[in-house]
Amino acid sequence: MKRKRRSKCVSYAKWGYIFLIPFFLVYFIFQLLPLISTFYNSFFENYRVGLMQIGPKFVGLQNYKEILFNSELPIYLKNTFIIWMMGFIPQMFFSLLLASWFTDLRLRLKCTGFFKTVIYMPNLIMASAFSMLFYTIFSDVGPINNLLNSMGLPTYRFLSEVAGARGLIALMNFLMWFGNTTIVLMAGIMGIDTSILEAARIDGANSIQIFRRITLPIIRPIMAYTLVTSLIGGIQMFDVPQILTNGNGNPDRTSMTVIMYLNKHLYSKNYGMAGALSVILFIITAILSVAVFKYVTKDMVNVGEKKVKKAKGV
Amino acid sequence: MKKGKFTSLMLAGMMAVTTLAGCGSGGKQAASKVDTSEAAQGKVLNIYCWNTEFQDRFEYFKKSGKLPSDVKVNFVVTPNENNAYQNALDAALLKQNDVPADEKIDIFLIEADYALKYVDSDYTLDVVNDIGLSKDALADQYQYTKDIVTDSKGVQKGTTWQATPGLFAYRRSIAKDVLGTDDPDAVQAQLSSWDKFNAVAEKASEKGYKMLSGYDDAYRVFSNNVSAPWVDSNNKIVIDDNIMKWVDQTKTFTEKGYNNKSSLWDNVWQADQGPKGNVFGFFYSTWGINFTLLGNALETPVKEGGKEEVGNGIYGDYAVCQGPQSYYWGGTWICAAAGTDNPNLIKEIMQTMTCDKDTEVQITKDTQDYTNTISGMNELANSNFKSDFLGGQNHIKLFAEAAPKINMKNISAYDQGLNEEFQKAMKDYFDGNVTKDKALDNFYKAATEKYPNLTH
Amino acid sequence: MSAVSKKKSDKKDKIILNIQRTLCYIVLIIISILCLFSFYVLLINTTRSHPDIQKGFSLIPGKSFFVNLTNLLKDKQLPVLKGMCNSLLVASGSAVLSVYFSALTAYAIHAYDFRFKKAAFTFIMVIMMVPTQVSALGFINQMSNMRLMNSFIPLIIPSIASPVVFFFIKQYMDSVLPMELVEAARIDGAHEFRIFNQIVLPLMKPAIAVQAIFTFVSSWNNYFIPSLLLNKDSKKTLPILIAQLRSADFLKFDMGKVYMMLGCAILPVIIVYLCLSKFIVRGVTLGGVKG
Repeated sequence: MKRKRRSKCVSYAKWGYIFLIPFFLVYFIFQLLPLISTFYNSFFENYRVGLMQIGPKFVGLQNYKEILFNSELPIYLKNTFIIWMMGFIPQMFFSLLLASWFTDLRLRLKCTGFFKTVIYMPNLIMASAFSMLFYTIFSDVGPINNLLNSMGLPTYRFLSEVAGARGLIALMNFLMWFGNTTIVLMAGIMGIDTSILEAARIDGANSIQIFRRITLPIIRPIMAYTLVTSLIGGIQMFDVPQILTNGNGNPDRTSMTVIMYLNKHLYSKNYGMAGALSVILFIITAILSVAVFKYVTKDMVNVGEKKVKKAKGV
Repeated sequence: MKKGKFTSLMLAGMMAVTTLAGCGSGGKQAASKVDTSEAAQGKVLNIYCWNTEFQDRFEYFKKSGKLPSDVKVNFVVTPNENNAYQNALDAALLKQNDVPADEKIDIFLIEADYALKYVDSDYTLDVVNDIGLSKDALADQYQYTKDIVTDSKGVQKGTTWQATPGLFAYRRSIAKDVLGTDDPDAVQAQLSSWDKFNAVAEKASEKGYKMLSGYDDAYRVFSNNVSAPWVDSNNKIVIDDNIMKWVDQTKTFTEKGYNNKSSLWDNVWQADQGPKGNVFGFFYSTWGINFTLLGNALETPVKEGGKEEVGNGIYGDYAVCQGPQSYYWGGTWICAAAGTDNPNLIKEIMQTMTCDKDTEVQITKDTQDYTNTISGMNELANSNFKSDFLGGQNHIKLFAEAAPKINMKNISAYDQGLNEEFQKAMKDYFDGNVTKDKALDNFYKAATEKYPNLTH
Repeated sequence: MSAVSKKKSDKKDKIILNIQRTLCYIVLIIISILCLFSFYVLLINTTRSHPDIQKGFSLIPGKSFFVNLTNLLKDKQLPVLKGMCNSLLVASGSAVLSVYFSALTAYAIHAYDFRFKKAAFTFIMVIMMVPTQVSALGFINQMSNMRLMNSFIPLIIPSIASPVVFFFIKQYMDSVLPMELVEAARIDGAHEFRIFNQIVLPLMKPAIAVQAIFTFVSSWNNYFIPSLLLNKDSKKTLPILIAQLRSADFLKFDMGKVYMMLGCAILPVIIVYLCLSKFIVRGVTLGGVKG
């Protein structure tokens, strides 16, 4: 990024490699090898029924054909995306709002320590325990339905309705992750040189202007991070819908996510189908990553330059 | 899963989860010959199980003094959540030949729903020919408990200390209101077939009661009485007529409001069993009545100073009868793993815990667990034993009558997975979200995902 | 005149600010209630007995708190304290390794120019999105072949390669770490390792604290992989013990105890969180950027 201005860096290049060794070594042993074996398996018919092993028998692209043309993968991808968006939009909105409030020097909110702790707390419970609590709260005789009934409304069977089930999963995702996002964004905002903000204020900018014109552009890399991680979380969504819907994505598989589907094949130790599905997911995620990555790097260059200019200006 | 399913709803859901472990080394066949010479006996006994129940029962064996003082007993407990127990067990069994003798599995426990998976494999030992239990000793066990662990060649590969026949537990007060009597014999006469049962459901509904709490209440009663196994010899899934009867009955019950739309173990179901419930009755087995049902029936829990006596909630308001068909629910079986280096000790354990009448009757007296000794249970049945919780009824007598009638010849290795998937898929149909055909379609889909070798 | 109008606008500003503040508090309180409600339910359930919990929901505490607590601690087959130590070891080990090495990796990409830099970055970005479940089958197999069952190594060491943590720290570095600082240190003759440890790391404190919390919590709550690797009582982590409690047999199954255990499992994470969250606030690099 700063290559031209710093020809000196070249002589330090070997340190770049040295510092990368631990990451790549560990990744190779603990992640890449298992991943390769997963990919290799995708070309075989290989599963277990009880303790009886079927295969491995080389079947070429048979598993891929089966998944691409004969399964409901697109539907599960769509489910995953819908549920993710239902949680992500409010998550981003509230996180930005809260992060800007918490760091606003003029507002000077009291008890922010308390609120910051509280909003992050849902993330501290195990997803399984959190789902268990949610199930209790939203059950047919739970407090939410009691409340509805006392207002003269009929009982809403949350987990038996498409909107109810998806909504609950999205709500849980939102609650579990908006605190996390808020903190990430705060860390980004707090890293901003306060002198820039002070200068803007002296120039007569109000909070909203400062937020939109200065804070937002500077924390864009961090926002890109939250987008990417949330997307990853979305693609990997599993525990919550699995537990809340009994592993079946009820009703009528409308809340079945991609990983829940993958899990169904892992259950029967179907290395072939699970492997093929993994490769397809890998390709999908890789394309997504590259797209986001392009967007992010473009961003980083811009911000980097802006910052340098500003740093000089101040 | 037996009693473990207490695990409330969510756990049930997690059954479906994942994983695997160790397939690499392949399924080499473990040697089925057993060395019973004294010198060959190992000093470490490894027992694989999913909870600590057997660990407690094992105390009865220790008390018998037959456990050599130099043998170390290792309980390897892997909780069943996420199907982790079977995964861990499978991985260990597949490696059985490659590990030192002291690390080999000696005993492992299984449940009925997936018993055949292990029984129909070479990883379990014949309890008669390999282990050395005598046929006479096994003769006092209930037949169905032996059928469940008998492989396709007729060899018995496991044994249990429990029998878990099921009954229909009904509310006396509601029966009186609906049927004009609360006498178990008279009530049974009106519930002895499904047609009669449905007629009573209608009457109960007219009086403002629900016949059953939820969708799955009656499932086991139907699925235990199928005319053929889930899967035929061509690996084709066959939905038995009796199971379709459950679907139709439950749909009718739901539409006519004869049930509360609950699921087993969920809050609604449990609350329905308590003082505020308005449900006619529940299908329950031995272990459930004196623990779950009793606990749910009390207004003030024992731990908070409540007493188990008439006046606390609906204590004394339940009674049991046979119901429309006989069935069982729950149970844990002991299997000896091929490759064990402790066959002699395993024989002693099986002998003492599952064939010794005195030990088993003692377990029943101490824990109310209904044990697998026909003569012992009949003695209790004919004694003046009575349960205050059931309004003075001798329920052991009913269990003793029901247990021999259970017929489990039609089980398959796929029961656990298919029963689970079927109930889940049908829930959408009962809820009115999909048509029956779509629900069946979803069931087939889920079934073939779980068992890729099956067709429909 | 200008002084008067300034005073007026000041007053107006103050009113607006107060309205804004009130609005903030209202929103924050509503959100807090939403967040705390399930904790409240959890807390209430630790005080209720098993049959009571099974019968349904209640907002009023029961009287079984101490009964549940003693039941939990007295259970000889459930090494709660040992489990807590194991979880603590695994979670803090993962947290420390992941933030340190991710920062190191991020620094390598951020500060140096070398031939495969772009390739390395792209590679990490691509693998970042690969769902962990995808390689789970192979991972367990391989660990068992490497004889690493019942060992904490497969739970701690792999966190050295955490693409997500790397990505966060990298992004953070891009927005706050000026290369001038590094160069100044080089001119002073500092060794590259020392520059990283003594200059770069302290600057990254807020990012590191944030990621340390995240990694700690997710490792603390991880059930999936540990349940497949650990089956010895002396090695089990808390989530496994919780699962064990929940699959207890009918004589022992006790939801009160399960909730009590959940409560005990959450407490340490809340403490760690409180410690680190203070650190984030304090560690803000006010002076750092300006040098």
